[in-house]
Order: sequence, then structure tokens, then C-alpha cells
Amino acid sequence: MNFTSAFTPERLQEAWTCLLNEFPFAVWETVYSTLVATFFAILLGLPLGIILVTGEKKGIRPLPGPLMSFLNVLINLLRSVPFIILMVMVIPLTRVIVGTSVGTVASIVPLAIAAFPFIARLVESSLREVNPNIIETAQAMGATPMQVICRVMLPESVPSLITNFTLAITTIMGYTAMSGAVGGGGLGKLALAYGYQRYRYAVLYLAVIVLVLITQVIQSFGTWLARKTDKRLKNK
Amino acid sequence: MIELRNLSKHFTTLDGPVDALRHINLTIHDGDIYGIIGMSGAGKSTLVRCINMLERPTEGTVLLDGQDLGTLKEKQLREMRRKVTMIFQSFNLLMQRTCLQNIMLPLKLAGVPDAEAKKKARELLELVDLPDKANSYPAQLSGGQQQRIAIARALATEPSVLLCDEATSALDPKTTHAILELIRDINRKMKITVIVITHQMSVVQEICSKVAILENGEVVEEGEVSEVFSNPKTRASRNLIYPEMADNENLLSDSGQRIRIIFNGKQPSQEPLIAKMAVQTGILPSIVGASTRTVGGNAYGYMLLDVPGSPEDMAKIVSYLNAIPDIIVQVEAEYTGEGARA
Repeated sequence: MNFTSAFTPERLQEAWTCLLNEFPFAVWETVYSTLVATFFAILLGLPLGIILVTGEKKGIRPLPGPLMSFLNVLINLLRSVPFIILMVMVIPLTRVIVGTSVGTVASIVPLAIAAFPFIARLVESSLREVNPNIIETAQAMGATPMQVICRVMLPESVPSLITNFTLAITTIMGYTAMSGAVGGGGLGKLALAYGYQRYRYAVLYLAVIVLVLITQVIQSFGTWLARKTDKRLKNK
Repeated sequence: MIELRNLSKHFTTLDGPVDALRHINLTIHDGDIYGIIGMSGAGKSTLVRCINMLERPTEGTVLLDGQDLGTLKEKQLREMRRKVTMIFQSFNLLMQRTCLQNIMLPLKLAGVPDAEAKKKARELLELVDLPDKANSYPAQLSGGQQQRIAIARALATEPSVLLCDEATSALDPKTTHAILELIRDINRKMKITVIVITHQMSVVQEICSKVAILENGEVVEEGEVSEVFSNPKTRASRNLIYPEMADNENLLSDSGQRIRIIFNGKQPSQEPLIAKMAVQTGILPSIVGASTRTVGGNAYGYMLLDVPGSPEDMAKIVSYLNAIPDIIVQVEAEYTGEGARA
């Protein structure tokens, strides 16, 4: 079967039917696993990112050096394992948590594990952008380290956090497509199992187009929200 | 009352140890507006941060109303910081919060209920004359307005001491004047002791009652503003108080005979002192440099004269000037030769 024969009228008709019947659920699976994985990744990554900034030697609440080194190494380690391999590596853990290693819900476990160190680094960079003078000011007002984090550092970095979380969501969505290779559901599975392996290239391209569209929507919304929340911009 | 006793602060940097402050002894009385003036790097900011323990002194003590701040526990330290508040050169407002929320922040940190904090913040907005900016964000305000909000924020916890770290250095002269006016008002009405850190002589001149001059981490001069300013004793103080004279100070004298005449505000400024002297003694000194200002009809400042001719001429001039009341005459030994310059 050659490439052009994948775009005959029959094939296109077939792809159209697939778009109507299979795509809505695949889109839902992609969005669902992305959002749930992002949620858990933030749940782990946000506190970790905060600790990376506040716990260092010159931070507002220094933690033991060896602990900080351990966290940094752990994050770098997790981040350097390619996702497709990480997915296979965490299968035993996925079985423990979800009961199975196949399917959309099961794919959330490796997604969250792959994403939380990434989120931690993003949170770290957002918090480092906060003007250190403002942190000093809060300390001069008698703020506890926890108050500095909750009432100054986080509120001040909201626009930057939104920008970075948007980046994280789009990246995690890219990962969900990969999880289609080892049993995860969604547009990735549709593109690989249906489009690639059965030579239905029209379906493959359609899936990619839909993924691009979703990414665009998420990115535009994130950018809009970050701008809207940023009170440093005068002319809005 | 704030007492600094033998205060020293050392830092260890990559370039080796630095003595930021060396054996500082100062007493600041309640109700004073106390100026601490010095060039960049003199240790002013470190000094002011030692007063609220943002920097821990390496040696010595800071006493606030007799209490040694160095012995306070974290919790007590935080309570102390509500009584010793601070404003900054860069205002340091939260940019993502409204003015009202910014002023409420120290109250919220102290656990004051929302309604009460809001009420207090609105009163303070009135005090700093920005009642209509409650819901504006700092980015929408001018520098002077931002500093007013910062002052309101610093007053929220009803402090007894206000530390101003170069609070007007980022503002234009007119706004500086208005902010200083506000600080003076606060000092008078609310009986708050104010410590003003600055490199601007004009700031000290405008609002301070007492001043300490800091150079290389040491207090080189201290006292009433009028005294210190009329007769600065060290070169560092002179350079600060009369910055326009710094170059003249370094000019070498041709004859090696130089006199400094100090006007400490008792001599009427319209008195043709030098012209009269030239006519009456017949010696024509040249004016190397002068920096004087007239305050209330009287001259403050000083003048450097080079006296030509023999040592006898010099003696004549000195005795002539010494006979004039209300000026101080100093023969400048340090300009008589290359070796003495150092």
C-alpha cells in the first residue's frame, strides 16, 4: 500500500466517519488524562518547586544542604528518563495504584510522574522571578516564612505561574499521545493504532490536526489569562 | 530610644571578608528625625537593616527601649518588626495587589480581621492623601504616589520607629520635598521616631534634627545637623556636604598657603568679607573654591583661599580673619606639599 492510496475518496469517507464516531471520545480521553495528570503533577510539583526556592541556603527557610541536593538530583533524574521508557518502568507502580497498566486511567500515573519534576522546575523559575526586595519587605513586616510564601511569593508570581502551567499542560498533552503506544487512550492511540498501523493515513493526519487545534486553544487561553491577571501591565 | 552599642558587621564574600560596619555607637532619642548619611557602599543599608535585625550584627548590640534585640526569639522578632517598620527606595509594593490590599498586608500578617484591617487601611489612605486610589494597582501610580502607599503600609501596625532606606532617592526634587513633608508630619503628629538613610545632603538638611556621617563602615561625625553641616571636620563629611567642592579640595596651592574660612550661620551673607580684607591688608588672596548657602539671611558653608606671598603675609591674613567674630579660620596644612596630600 502506497502513501497516495491512503487519500482515495473511499478512504477520506472512512476517515470522516471515524472523525464523527471515534474522535469525540478520543478527544475527551486526551483532555481528561491531560488535565487529571496535570492536576496531580501540580499537587506534587508546586510544593516541591516552592521548597527548591525557599529551602536553599539564602532562601527564606533554609533546609539541610544534603536534602536539597537529594531533591535536585531526584528531579534531574526523573527529567532525564525519556517518557516512553518511564512509562514502561512505572508499570508495577501503576498496577498498584490503578489496578491495571492498560487504558486511559492507567496512563495518568506515568504522566503525572513524568510531569511533576518538570512542574517543580517551572514553579521554581516563576518564584525566582519575584522581586527579592518585596520578599525582604514582607520579612521586615514580621511575616513568617509560610506567610511570605502564601501572601507574597505565590500571589506575586500568578501570571508567570499561569504561563508556565500552560506550557506544562501542552507538554503533558504531547506525552498523552505517546502513551497511546503502550495502551493509553485518546487521540494518540487513534493516530497510532488506527491511522498508522492500519495504514489509514487520513485518520493519522486528522488526529494530528485535532491535537494541534486543542494545543492552540489551550495556549491562547493561557496567554490571555496570564495577561489578564497581570496587574503590572498598565494599558489594558 | 534606640541605642547602637559597638555594632560591627562582617560579611564573607568571594573576594574575602568585608567589614561593612565597624564599632558603631549611636543613640537615637524618641521623636528624633535622625539622618544617617554616607556615600554608596558606606554601610548605610547594612546599618539600617541591623536596627530591625534583617541583618544580624556580628558584634555589638541594638537596644530598643533598653531591650537587646539580638536576644529576641523568632516570634518576638516578628512582633518587634511591627513596631519598627521600614520604607524603601524602590517602594517594594506588591504589584499584583491593589493599594488597599497592600496597606492591609501587615495587618493581615498580624492576624487582624479583614473588616478591621480594611477600615484602618482606608484611614491611612486618607492620611497619605490618596483616598481615591484604594482599588488602583501600584503600576497605575506615579513614584511619589507609590511611596505614599508604602508609607501608609508602614504605618498600618502603628509603629514607634520608621526606618527610611533611601526613601526619596528614586524621586524628583519636588516629589522628594512632598514626601519629606509627609514624613515630618507623621513624626510630629504620631510621635514616631524616624531614621533616614540617604546619600542626599538636601534630605538631611530638610528634615533631620541630628545626623551621623558614615564612611567605610564607621561613624566619622555625629551631632546636631546645624553643627555638623556648618563645620564638617573630615574630608568625607566635606565631600558629602559640599559635593561641588570635592575637586577644589584636591587642587594644590601655588604658594603652599591655604586657609579655610567656615561660616556657621552667624555671619550675615551680604557682608563683603573678602573684598574688605583685600583692601585693608593689601594682600590679594585667590578664592580656590567656595560653597556657601544663605539660610535666614546668614551664610553657611566655607571658602578656600590661597594666600600669595611670604609667611608674614599669611600671618597677617590669619590675624585679620581671626579678629572677625563668628567665623572659623583654619590654616590648611594638608595642601602645602605633595607629601602632605595623602
